[in-house]
Amino acid sequence: MSETPEPAAGRSAAGSKEKGRVRHPLARFLVRRVLLAVLMAWGITLVTFVLTNLVPGDPVAANLGQRALGDPAIVAQWRADHGLDKPLWQQYLLHLQGLVQGDLGTSQQSHRPVSQDLAEYVPATLELAGAAILVSLVLGVAFGVIAALRRDRLPDHTLRVLSLIGISVPTFWLALVAFYVFFYRLQLTPGSGRVDAALGAAPPVTGLATVDALLAGRWDIFTSAVGHLITPALVLALYTIGLLTRFTRSAVLEVLGQDYVRAARAKGLPGRTILFRYVLRSALVPVITVAGLAFGSLLSGTVLVEAIFAWPGIGQYAYKSATTLDLPAVMGVGLVVGVVYLVINLIVDVLYGVIDPRVRLQ
Amino acid sequence: MTLDIAGLKVTIGGKDILRGVDLRLEAGKVHGLAGESGSGKTMTGLAVLGLLPHGAKASGSITLGERDLLRLPPKELNRVRGGEVAMVFQDPATSLHPMLTIGTQLTEHMRHHLRLGKAEARERAIELLGKVRIPGPAEAYGRFPHQFSGGMRQRIAIAIALACSPKVLIADEPTTALDVTVQAGVLRLLRGLCDELGLAVLLVTHDLGVMSAVADEVSVMKDGLVVESGPRGRVLREPEHAYTRALLDSLPDTEVR
Amino acid sequence: MRRRDPLARGGLLRRLPQAWRQPLAVTGAVLAVAWLVIALVAPVLAPHDPLAQDLPRLAAPGPGHWFGTDQLGRDILSRVMYGARVSIPLTLLLVALSVLIGGLLGACAGYFGRWVDETIMRVADLVFAFPTVILAMVVAAALGASLTNAVLAVLVVAWPAYARVTRGLVLGVREREFVLSGRLLGFSVWRSLRVDVLPNVTGPVLVLATLDIGTALLLLSGLSFLGLGAKPPSPEWGAMVASGVEVFDSWWVATFPGLAILTVVLAFNFLGDTLRDALDPRTARAIKERAL
Repeated sequence: MSETPEPAAGRSAAGSKEKGRVRHPLARFLVRRVLLAVLMAWGITLVTFVLTNLVPGDPVAANLGQRALGDPAIVAQWRADHGLDKPLWQQYLLHLQGLVQGDLGTSQQSHRPVSQDLAEYVPATLELAGAAILVSLVLGVAFGVIAALRRDRLPDHTLRVLSLIGISVPTFWLALVAFYVFFYRLQLTPGSGRVDAALGAAPPVTGLATVDALLAGRWDIFTSAVGHLITPALVLALYTIGLLTRFTRSAVLEVLGQDYVRAARAKGLPGRTILFRYVLRSALVPVITVAGLAFGSLLSGTVLVEAIFAWPGIGQYAYKSATTLDLPAVMGVGLVVGVVYLVINLIVDVLYGVIDPRVRLQ
Repeated sequence: MTLDIAGLKVTIGGKDILRGVDLRLEAGKVHGLAGESGSGKTMTGLAVLGLLPHGAKASGSITLGERDLLRLPPKELNRVRGGEVAMVFQDPATSLHPMLTIGTQLTEHMRHHLRLGKAEARERAIELLGKVRIPGPAEAYGRFPHQFSGGMRQRIAIAIALACSPKVLIADEPTTALDVTVQAGVLRLLRGLCDELGLAVLLVTHDLGVMSAVADEVSVMKDGLVVESGPRGRVLREPEHAYTRALLDSLPDTEVR
Repeated sequence: MRRRDPLARGGLLRRLPQAWRQPLAVTGAVLAVAWLVIALVAPVLAPHDPLAQDLPRLAAPGPGHWFGTDQLGRDILSRVMYGARVSIPLTLLLVALSVLIGGLLGACAGYFGRWVDETIMRVADLVFAFPTVILAMVVAAALGASLTNAVLAVLVVAWPAYARVTRGLVLGVREREFVLSGRLLGFSVWRSLRVDVLPNVTGPVLVLATLDIGTALLLLSGLSFLGLGAKPPSPEWGAMVASGVEVFDSWWVATFPGLAILTVVLAFNFLGDTLRDALDPRTARAIKERAL
């Protein structure tokens, strides 16, 4: 592949250049999508609030001891302390107000502001999920393309079976097995946490242990962080790799049957050009959607995996908050996860607009 | 340069698609290939460029100049594709890549086959767009296929086919997907280009009306064989084969002269 | 009476025989049947009482306890077998309910359109806005930890997918001539739905459901793993894996239940995958040609 195939910058506007104002369809598309995302974000705050407050479980029961529950005065006090005695809509407004100021309430389990808890745990999970999605994308797409190009031959059949196995393995079980085999038995990988305790973490800039280590120029911390990251990331990634392989395969096969691929071959273009410029460009569009959804499933998976690898992330926090009905914390997690997912989907939409010019008109 | 198809047989999955096709294309002449769906006419066109579907087996010979295209090694065949033999497909809505500018689609094989630089290729592309009568060729260069009408897309497809100055052009149902009002323009364009550039054109179509408009020679196919062949006037006015007669009879009288 | 979409490439049933010849389908079917049998005859087949704590604790796999024993002295093999009686019927029920509820809602959305469509799809979008396990976890935690509630939680998370698919299919079929002709003949809305629309929608939904059985089982056992599903001493596979975490050096405690989950999910995924190929007209033709 010699050069970027089309003018990325300086794209000519579809519409006319009006006097003084250039209507750039891509820019308008972006603005529209971002506004929509903001609207969705607000919707998420509403939903998380409603969900966590209308559930049958009573937070009082989950947080006070047996004796305290028997005393109505204590119960009432607790309720007042946590604003549970006001009407719901007032609670919601207070909640929104707090949100705008960055106050998400105080967690009942950690007795710290939820925002502080989140700031500590979110980057860890993002690092894990980020590593996992990276690996999944590279391997999943590559495998899918190979399976499609070698359709109905041995590589295709093998990959098909392997990917089916990949999506059938229970993540929590795999985490345990990986932990047992690679740490306990083979002693290949470090057991728990994000970095070797002896080394300590690099000064937190991004909250991502690997990136921070690189920024601080500490190779030893970097290698330790990567070593700690490998096993949980791969465990998390297995399902997504299977998913992406299957999906990419069908997307590529679909594209291979298209007229424009045949027309490209009729032009005598070299195989690699056809693959990258014609096939992958079209096939990647649905794959990107799936990748966005896959990130969601990765976030889910962290709940199952973090405990086993002692990874101090949102997954663990979410689990603890849910089981103790720590409402502020649950809301905080719901909010963060919802927003992260939203951002991912926004990125997916934007990528669509960049890759497929027809989408910009919508 | 002539393209000679002799005894072309194609089987797919045990089924005989082409059972011994003979056809000859000559420079400066439009050769119409008529027949119903399933007669094998599209397959004949695809066979020339080696674009038969997965699992197809071909035998016989397709001679261009001194080379048998059926026996060329893949690298050589790729050089012939686009460079010496080009193809225009039926539906320009699907034969152009929706996400690439037409400028890219015009110049990429030019730069590959003719080793042109970016600026040279662009100039040549704009010239070609003018030749197929696309208004505002310089702006059109940076636009996407969906921004053009069907008729214009097909003209663009023709321009793409001509980009590397091929000697043979295979047009597979080039006007079938277009509005009737637009068809005449495209056909006239094809005829004009054939005369001007001395192309050998194979015009595959099921529409005898189209053929009567532009073809010099006409061949009729049925069930994988050419059942009749000859100059257009003779075949359309005095068909020898029963099938040709049946085809002609099924047309409204005003269509074929 | 059932009217068929004249353009549909033949019924599902007609295409099954070719699909069966695929090794993948055969493996899947064999595994699935094996597990169903185990679930049925576990009381007869299991060597021990799954709740009895009379064996030596944490004994490695060997004669008398081929899958080993757990920290309370229970036979893992028997517990795994009985676990099939817990997990498999629940999962099948779960998927059936999701299909029913989601399918019905989706069909209504597609058929009636306008505000019915809008509301149902907005709710579905809301569910889609959150990653599945997290949402399921929150719902399950809120409802209280029990297997029934876990099933409900997964139901909440699962129905939108079916709703969306059925809605799309119904939208595709709704405007077709044979449906319109039915209405012209005086079919009531419900009859039209039942007789014309639904039968032509079931094929793809069935494929989705088969592939979903695996996902549902993974989700259900995942919730139990987190302690939000089955309560001890129930021999549910996810919960068994969880109990294996604290004694992970006795690898058999967690490994075998996990393998059970894996094989069941695999079986239905193999089946679903081949079913999907059989339904897709292009691949179905390819399968037929190879079989000739």
